[in-house]
Amino acid sequence: MISETVALTKREVKKWLKNPFLLFMMFVQPVIWLGLFGKAFNLSGLISVPSDLLSQLPPQLQEQVPILLNQMISETFGGTTDYFTYMAAGMLSVIILFTAMFSGMSIVWDRRFGFLNKLLVAPISRGSIIFAKVASSVIRGMFQALLIFSIAFAFGLQVGDAFGILDFLGIFAALFLLSLGLSSMFLAIAIRIKRHETVIAVANLLNLPLMFASNALFPISQMPKWLQTVANINPISYAGDAVRAFILHSNTGFDAAKVAADFQFLIGFALILSLAGVLVARTALRKG
Amino acid sequence: MYAIEANNLTKRFGTLLAVDHVSFSVEEGEIFGFLGPNGAGKTTTINMLTTLLNPTEGSAKVGGFDVEKEDAKVREIIGLVPQDLTVDEDLTGMENMWLQAKLYHVPTKVAKERIAEALELVGMTNAANRKVETYSGGMRKRLELAEGLIHQPKVLFLDEPTLGLDVQTRVVIWEYVKKLRDEHKITMFLTTHYMEEADVLCDRIAIIDRGKIVALDTPQNLKDGLGGDIIELEFNRGIDDQTKTLGSLSQVKDVKKIGDMYRIKVSKGEKALPEIMESLLKMNLKISRASLVKPTLDQVYLEYTGRYLREAQGDMGEIWRRMRTLRRMRG
Repeated sequence: MISETVALTKREVKKWLKNPFLLFMMFVQPVIWLGLFGKAFNLSGLISVPSDLLSQLPPQLQEQVPILLNQMISETFGGTTDYFTYMAAGMLSVIILFTAMFSGMSIVWDRRFGFLNKLLVAPISRGSIIFAKVASSVIRGMFQALLIFSIAFAFGLQVGDAFGILDFLGIFAALFLLSLGLSSMFLAIAIRIKRHETVIAVANLLNLPLMFASNALFPISQMPKWLQTVANINPISYAGDAVRAFILHSNTGFDAAKVAADFQFLIGFALILSLAGVLVARTALRKG
Repeated sequence: MYAIEANNLTKRFGTLLAVDHVSFSVEEGEIFGFLGPNGAGKTTTINMLTTLLNPTEGSAKVGGFDVEKEDAKVREIIGLVPQDLTVDEDLTGMENMWLQAKLYHVPTKVAKERIAEALELVGMTNAANRKVETYSGGMRKRLELAEGLIHQPKVLFLDEPTLGLDVQTRVVIWEYVKKLRDEHKITMFLTTHYMEEADVLCDRIAIIDRGKIVALDTPQNLKDGLGGDIIELEFNRGIDDQTKTLGSLSQVKDVKKIGDMYRIKVSKGEKALPEIMESLLKMNLKISRASLVKPTLDQVYLEYTGRYLREAQGDMGEIWRRMRTLRRMRG
């Protein structure tokens, strides 16, 4: 069982490593997201008071106002005034969401090309087919996240003054759990689908709401109530929150209790969805 | 013990009876063929025998194991070369082979030898380290064949092994298939809708039409079952109807006159033709044209199903409906 899973996972990983165009896209996509979207939106510039207005205020307020504004922004944006940093943290979760979708896509391709039948005829456990799909999707997600993190760093990600190796590992632990849950979810959704167009449609239908109804790009507190409800049960929000807390880890502020709660949710999410995914997939692979 | 044994094997998809109470048995080391048009139920039969589908009714054993209850054991001893090309395009031939070896738990040392051997057998050693993407259809099929051999299956299933390949490539594949049987003594079950393929490769053929086996025998016996060879004869102009004269000859079983041509059924054409010509010349009946038509499987198919295979292929409406249902059901 393990050797089969390893062999099948290797196949998946080889498949995308050998595809230079895909690798290029993997690199370009985050650059575009971070560079264009993240950098274009200058938060403190947008909400700062113009200097001619500022000069009309009494002198003691002239100093206070920008500080106050920055504090407000920082409060809303989870401890940073730099939107790029805020968004880069969110993008790490979003990229996990986008790569997880591939676990679903690839099983549909395998079905379409008859590769799945070849696996079903082989004397291997059905579980190994599913585990390999999820594992390769998780590996790919981690790889993408690492890429984004490096690019973000190069673009001027402002990590907290107490940021260390443990925070780094914490980030990837949170992303791992998110990836495990989401990959299983997409696999379970796709396993009965026979056309890749359908998977793409379903994935798009899920991906955009999951991305926007979360704290990945905008703070939840500024959303309308109904959207907040959605965002508060969205696993992307929890991963986003934990990742952001680790990135902004400073000597003055690290809400360990909140991060622990985030992890609680993520562990539950990963466990439930991976178990459910395996069950659904196994049933679907049973012969008719 | 038979390599394959099917008893009233049946698969129903909704109202469509894809395979209809099919019974047959295949000897060890035999190449057994299922011949029939698209949508006749060939792939559904293979899917049941290879444990991809459960039968609705009836049962089948492969290598002595029940395909439904002992499917795991069946999977250990069979290989499948599917209709679609399922080798992974993004990997090299060699990587595909290794993946297959791992899936069948072949120990690394043994696998190394067998991969080299199998690639050699299908003439793919030189191309093994290239991406499959760059292969032609025939090369992919050969790689697929080689993959089917790594775990040395007792029974190899070939679903339309030469579908979509050109004539030369087809002949090459046939040679490899025969070599496999001769060198490895593997039992083979193949489906095809090509007459010549069934004729050249198979020890025995089951003709399958709309889910039913309508005839099952060796190609030769099936052809002999038609009642022998046919001689087509034409006399010089001005000679009267000679049906009676021909019918009175000892070699002749049956005579039909179609226009100026006489269709004469005989048992051993090569021997009968000169004898008949000699008799006729003695009677001073001058012959302008004579030819010997050997019975083909095409005619056998006609005999049992009431239509030519190519006609059956040509009835697109029916095929389309059957194929669509089958594809939807099989997934």
